[in-house]
Amino acid sequence: MSDTVQTDDTDRTPSDRADVCVVGSGPAGAIVADSLADAGHDVVILEAGPRVPLEERLARMERHQRPGYDSAWGMGGDRDAYASTGDVDYPLNNTRVKGVGGTTLHWIGYTPRLHPKDFEMERRYGLARDWPLSYEDVRPYYADAETELGVAGADDNPFAPPRETEFPMDAFPPSYSDSILGAACEELDITPHSVPQARNSEAYDGRSQCVGYGTCHPVCPSGAKYDASVHVRRAEENGTRVIDRAPVQRLEHGADGERVEAAVYATPDGEEHRQEARQFVVACGAIETPRLLLLSRSEQHPDGLANSSGAVGRYLMDHLLYIVSGQLMESTDQHQVGFSTSVTHQFYDHEEPTPGSFFVGFLNYAGPSPVEVGLEDGRWGDELSTALGQAYGGHIGTEALVEQLPRADSRVTLDDSQTDDHGNPVPDVHWTVGDHGLATAERAVEVQRDIMAEAGARVGYATPVDRPLSGSHPMGTTRMGTDPAESVVDTRLRTHDVANLSIASSSVFPTGGAMNPTLTIAALSLKAAEHIDADL
Amino acid sequence: MRLTRRDAVAALAAIGIGGGAVAYTQLDGSNDDSESGGDGSGTADGSSDGTDGASGTDGTNGTGGPVDSSALLATSAALADVVYPSEVEGREEFVRTYVSGRIESDDARREGMADAVATLDTRARESYDAPFRDLSAENGDALLRELGMGTVEPDPGGSALERVRFYLVNELLYALLTSPKGGELVSIENPPGHPGGLDAYQQGPQA
Repeated sequence: MSDTVQTDDTDRTPSDRADVCVVGSGPAGAIVADSLADAGHDVVILEAGPRVPLEERLARMERHQRPGYDSAWGMGGDRDAYASTGDVDYPLNNTRVKGVGGTTLHWIGYTPRLHPKDFEMERRYGLARDWPLSYEDVRPYYADAETELGVAGADDNPFAPPRETEFPMDAFPPSYSDSILGAACEELDITPHSVPQARNSEAYDGRSQCVGYGTCHPVCPSGAKYDASVHVRRAEENGTRVIDRAPVQRLEHGADGERVEAAVYATPDGEEHRQEARQFVVACGAIETPRLLLLSRSEQHPDGLANSSGAVGRYLMDHLLYIVSGQLMESTDQHQVGFSTSVTHQFYDHEEPTPGSFFVGFLNYAGPSPVEVGLEDGRWGDELSTALGQAYGGHIGTEALVEQLPRADSRVTLDDSQTDDHGNPVPDVHWTVGDHGLATAERAVEVQRDIMAEAGARVGYATPVDRPLSGSHPMGTTRMGTDPAESVVDTRLRTHDVANLSIASSSVFPTGGAMNPTLTIAALSLKAAEHIDADL
Repeated sequence: MRLTRRDAVAALAAIGIGGGAVAYTQLDGSNDDSESGGDGSGTADGSSDGTDGASGTDGTNGTGGPVDSSALLATSAALADVVYPSEVEGREEFVRTYVSGRIESDDARREGMADAVATLDTRARESYDAPFRDLSAENGDALLRELGMGTVEPDPGGSALERVRFYLVNELLYALLTSPKGGELVSIENPPGHPGGLDAYQQGPQA
């Protein structure tokens, strides 16, 4: 596949003139680029990974399903090397994809909004820092983002924050196993509801309705799940130039250190190039964004570009993921679709500071799939039928995403003892969780166990509270604020220190709540584009 | 349950191979392979005159060499008789159609599968004095057990036996288990990898 091609005939030399250089083509970079191209600006996107043609996705789905292949998206190796030194292992390369479309190539696709309380943690609870924006400030951008991504949802969620418009598409109906867990919830006075998600429940934006391949994470072969290649294509139609396989090595500024002049990027032929532009947007996610700023240290910015606050790389957060799964004595019909269709946000808003926010979702893919069993078990013939019957059938499960608070010692730094394929220090991900997250997790797992018990399930696995899984939602490492002494970007998503440098990423979140972050990333990216457009 | 050619075409479509390019044919491949000593024509029942082309101590014929597609198809059909549950009928048509489509425009896949066939045939000759495709299902099953195939890791770049697991055993199981007919083995209407729409997940177990 194309990510294994070493060289090709693509012109990767810089553009002579660019209004905006965007680093990264995930949802943030793609949406910023599309918005600015639509406004008539000349945009260049530099993407570290390769283009991923739609016609390759079926093959990538097979790579995912069959043991013996490496990862579906080719993550790993020297290019993606990293260190994990925190309290809890951080499986970085399971959480991201480098390619045109970024991590949305493998995301699950859920798009809830943050709640008003997520923006006001200090004011309400005396915890962490407030966002310098309120829910009301972000609300119109949320509505636009739902239209841009194509969100299927319903107004059946009594716990949702206020909204002004209907969802662009109807929600996906609940699954059969949702009815089992839903009945248990009814006994427990817990109210489940639909899951807002950027997946087509009907044809939308030129893409088909979901056809049920069941492998959404990590590969949607049909294109019914939104990924950022949608906005990249649209941006290209408006004249944007995308240079793939072009990892940015550093940003270089002018003599006074107040404006970025060029992004220096490498190409597969071993050359380095400089892309100049009037405005720069770093949109590389919450690990590579601070890493790039730290790699761009200079005499004027000795601790890293735009890091006079010392906050670059600090306050790394993720959502803590807890799975509680088990089995019933009846068939639950799992693995006929690859996404969840019911969730409860009932426990999200809270009066006391701790435990904090979490939500519980119902799995439609608990236990092993028949394909996994058949290809891994090692039995064949009639014994295969026995193996399949033993392994597939009554599995059922829940997942919870849990809020953690930002901590200065949870951070991304440069590990000078290891270098990547271009000789740059790799990111050292030092993820720490803290007491608030663990206390919230105690409550979340208790609710999960209550639901499973009421459903009559025998629990076979529960993530230990003190060893959470990563929700694959890194956030917080270039946080937003009004005080340049303790934050990296302002409310325009512009760095305090460098006049023409913006950041579009979950790295700007001052707190992360417990909701999947991509819709908020998209909303803030639309906002960032608006401000950049005004300045051009 | 009975597998059909239509099921094989659907299995191919699910891995990105157009059904229009698939036919129940014996690809003539490289019938002039002088090392194999066979005529490459094969027969529908999988019998042959020993066109395994094996050489070397590990039983492989090396990568990049000539490939006898008819032997590959016949061996795949014989292997399906071993690895597919007995309740699955229509195996030969399904497997021949599937494998034909699989290798038609994929030289690396064709060579990998042929190389794995050569390994199987070498081991089959050592134990039963015949290529794998000429073994009874009972002897084929016994040979796979003898080779420890149940614990061999599938690996396209691994040892000869790891490549047998990957290119032959798991290849055929993947085709079966991502199809709705294969899903019937566990009463799943729309198994992962098959674009079976949005009704099945809502309906619950079917009688």
